[in-house]
Order: sequence, then structure tokens, then C-alpha cells
Amino acid sequence: MKESYKAAIQFEHVNYSDGSTSILKNITGFFPKGKITTLVGPSGAGKTTLFRLCNRLISPSSGEIQIVGEKIDQYNPIELRQNVGLALQSATMIRGTVMKNLALPLTLKGSKLSEEDATELMQDVGLSEAFLTRNVKDLSGGQRQKVSIARTLVNKPKILLLDEITSSLDRVSQQDIEELIVRINEKYGTTIIWITHNLTQAVTIGEYSWVMIDGEVIESGESSFLNNPKNDRVKQFIKGDLV
Amino acid sequence: MTFLTLSLALVFVLIPIVLSKAFNLELEKDTVIATVRSIIQLLIVGYILQFVFHSENIIYTILMIALMIGAATQNARKKGASIKGITWKLIVTFIFVEIITQGILLGFHITPAEPQYIIPISGMMIGNSMVLSILFLNRFTAEIDAHQNEIELILSLGGTPKQAIHSQLIASIKASTIPTIESQKTIGLVQLPGMMSGQIIAGADPVQAVQFQLLILFLLLTSVVVTSVLLGFLSYPTLFNKQMQLLKVEA
Ligand SMILES: Nc1ncnc2c1ncn2[C@@H]1O[C@H](COP(=O)(O)OP(=O)(O)OP(=O)(O)O)[C@@H](O)[C@H]1O
Ligand SMILES: [Mg+2]
Repeated sequence: MKESYKAAIQFEHVNYSDGSTSILKNITGFFPKGKITTLVGPSGAGKTTLFRLCNRLISPSSGEIQIVGEKIDQYNPIELRQNVGLALQSATMIRGTVMKNLALPLTLKGSKLSEEDATELMQDVGLSEAFLTRNVKDLSGGQRQKVSIARTLVNKPKILLLDEITSSLDRVSQQDIEELIVRINEKYGTTIIWITHNLTQAVTIGEYSWVMIDGEVIESGESSFLNNPKNDRVKQFIKGDLV
Repeated sequence: MTFLTLSLALVFVLIPIVLSKAFNLELEKDTVIATVRSIIQLLIVGYILQFVFHSENIIYTILMIALMIGAATQNARKKGASIKGITWKLIVTFIFVEIITQGILLGFHITPAEPQYIIPISGMMIGNSMVLSILFLNRFTAEIDAHQNEIELILSLGGTPKQAIHSQLIASIKASTIPTIESQKTIGLVQLPGMMSGQIIAGADPVQAVQFQLLILFLLLTSVVVTSVLLGFLSYPTLFNKQMQLLKVEA
């Protein structure tokens, strides 16, 4: 089954440590190209760290990461980061309006975001265009997450890394974002990797899944394995999470 | 003033010592140390200056300035310990401030090219530049530490290190220079600047003393802005590695 997938991102014995603390341990595996992969695991498992490696905000202590078959350090960091878009867990904003934040990826390239494009992006994430002139300070946690996703989409990345972007959203908004992600994946063939604490989301939205615990990938494969995991630690994790 | 009258002034040292004993402030030791050190250090400087002023050789003047820059660097570098190569960056900054201020002063014949003018003015410029470097480095490392997420956000979206750190750099330059600029607005209203007071006490014409003080103030404006801008632009690239990753900064 695995052979039918092509890798968008491939990890070979990747380790990452901060000083003497080992955070990621011997990660080997891949995220299939053009698919939605969901990434689950308990807090502190190293999921965010893995994303930071893919966006090259940090480099592995050892091992190799390949992005569509090329070693990650073969790419120019700027081009890589534009193509491997990251929506941060913290939904960090720069000071100013929603529009300023939305336009940021283009501002960095020295161009502008048109009003129409901005409005369309806002509609995509389920915010009215009236928000464009709002100061980001005045947004709710969920609204920030929506702006953060929209902003990541501005670069039209080929690979999209979403770090718990629906954690502060109500059920309806969550569904909106889920639909948006599926739509982007279908329309542009964007590879999407989604970190979520919501196991139902992980199974229904993800075609492929990874379970990480304690800096290791414990199980991965077509997401249906989450309904019926083989590994004991994965079973435990899933049981605990469903309670 | 004779040395005899000056030694009478030691009464002023006794007052804090007596007060400290009476109220158990435990300041006696530090007061004595401060007094002894200031006597020794200033006397040495006085004799050295006397020697330099009287000698015809420019090399002593240059040596003095080099010494000042060395001492200023030694003082300021601790604050920027997490910035790679901070020592030479500070040296470059101080030399640049010195060249730009003396270059204008001497180039336009504003002050005569004599050690008696060059050394004290250099001392004030380098001293001020040192204080400013410390303020700037404190602020800059604190800003980066507090805004690491924003810096990494910009990097993650494909921004360059310069774009990523721009807000923090500008904020630190502003924050460190504003006090100097602000204090110049009220100068003379509350407190007469030290140099001017000294000149007036020594018998100089107050208007002439004011002229000199103004010159120094204008020079200080240049030196503060040049210091923080230069130090900022020299420092920020070392906060990132070749892969455009933000390195850890300890505030
Ligand atoms: N910059 C850092 N320096 C040192 N340790 C770090 C750093 N970032 C993360 N860690 C540690 O690495 C481990 C993994 O963190 P990470 O943020 O990747 O977990 P996570 O799986 O995303 O957790 P969560 O679900 O809570 O977001 C944690 O133990 C964390 O304390
Ligand atoms: Mg995380």
C-alpha cells in the first residue's frame, strides 16, 4: 500500500536535541504528496518541533530531511519557507491591522495584497471583510487562528503545515476550516499536514496519519489505523484522548 | 585651589561615613573605597593629561584615545555577550564615533587641533557612546527575547533576517536614544550641565561656556544616534546563521 504514495517530505533517521535534551528521536517516515496527513500525539511529543524542522526554522542534529526528493538544505531558505507554509500553533500576529497581517507574506516580497484578494481570503476562512481594518489586538483566539491560516495561504504554498489551528474554534468554525482545508487540497493538490488533538478530525480529514509519542513516531499509515491501533502506547493514548 | 583646601573638602566624605555609622547603613567601606579610588584615578589622569598636553607628539594623544576606547569596550561588551564578535563591533563603533565627531570639529576648524581640546571632547563622546551601547544592547537583547515568536513568524513566511528583526532593531534604537534627546530639551532649566558648571567655576565667561556646552550637546546627538544605528546594523546579522535561523539570545 505504502508504495503507491510519493513523499512530499521524507525523514531519514532524524534526531533533534536542544543541548543535552533529546527532543526528536530517530524519526523515519514520510508525508505523502498531495494528501492530507494528520499528526497526533500527546502534549510535548515533538509535533511542533517536527514542523519547525520542515519549515527550516531549525535544523536536525543528525539525519536527513528531503522535500519532494531534494535535501532540504539544497533549497534557498526563503523559497523553501514560501513553499512549505507554516501556520504556527500560537497564531502569532505582528502589530497592526488584520490587513497588515494578511498582506505580510507579500509585503516581505515587496508587493501588495489587493482588496479583492484580501476579501476572498477572509471569506475562505469565514471572517467578514469588516475585520480587515480591525487591530489584531482586539481579535479573539479563534479569529486570530483564522487570520493566521489565511495569511499562510497567501504564499500559495505547495506544502501546508497546520499546527493545531482549530484548537480555539467552536464546532461550526472547525467545520468551516475542515472544509476549507479539504477544498484547498482538492483544488490545488496541496500537500497538507495537520497537527490536531481531535482524533475524529484526524481520522475523517486525514487520509494518512502519524502518531508521535515522546519524540518518536510510534505508528503511521492510512488514517483508519487510528480506529484499530496495534501498538499498546497508541491504544493508551487514544483511549485517554477519547475520554 | 590648593591641595590644602582640597583636603579640607574631605569633610564631605566624613559626613556620609558618620551618617552610615549612626544609621547602620553599612556604606562606610564603599565610601572609603570610592574616595580613595577617585583620588588616585583622577590624579593619575591629571598628571598624564599634563604630560600629554605639554608634549608635542601626537602619538600620546592617539594613545590616550585608544586607551579610552579600550576601557569603553571592556565595559560595554559584557552586555552583549550573546552577540558574536561584540568586542570588535564595539571598537568599530567607538572609532567611527570618534572619527566622525573629531573629523567635523577639526575639519571645519570648530576646535583647535590641540590635545587640550581633542582629549576631553573624545572622552565625553566615547564615554557617552559607551553608555549608549550598554543601553542599546540591553534593550536589543530584551526585545529579541520577548519577540522571538514574531521574528520567527516573519522568517517562516519567507522573510529575510533583516526583515524579521526590523521592528526590534528600530524599537531598540529609538528606546536607547530617546532619553538623550529628551534630556536635551530641558537642559539648563533645572540643572546646569557638568562641563559648563566646571568652566564657569574655573572663571570662564558664561556665554563662552554655553557655546562650548552647546557644541558638546550637538556632538552628543550625533554620537548617540550613530552609536545605536551602527551597533544595531553590525550586530543583527550575527543573531542568525547561514540557514537564516534565529540563534538563541540570552537577555
Ligand atoms: N526551543 C526549545 N528549547 C528547548 N526545548 C524545547 C524547545 N521547544 C520545545 N522544546 C521541548 O521539546 C519537547 C517537544 O515540544 P513540542 O512543542 O514539539 O511538542 P508538541 O508535540 O508540539 O506539544 P503540544 O501538543 O503541547 O503543542 C517539549 O518537551 C518541549 O519542552
Ligand atoms: Mg505543539
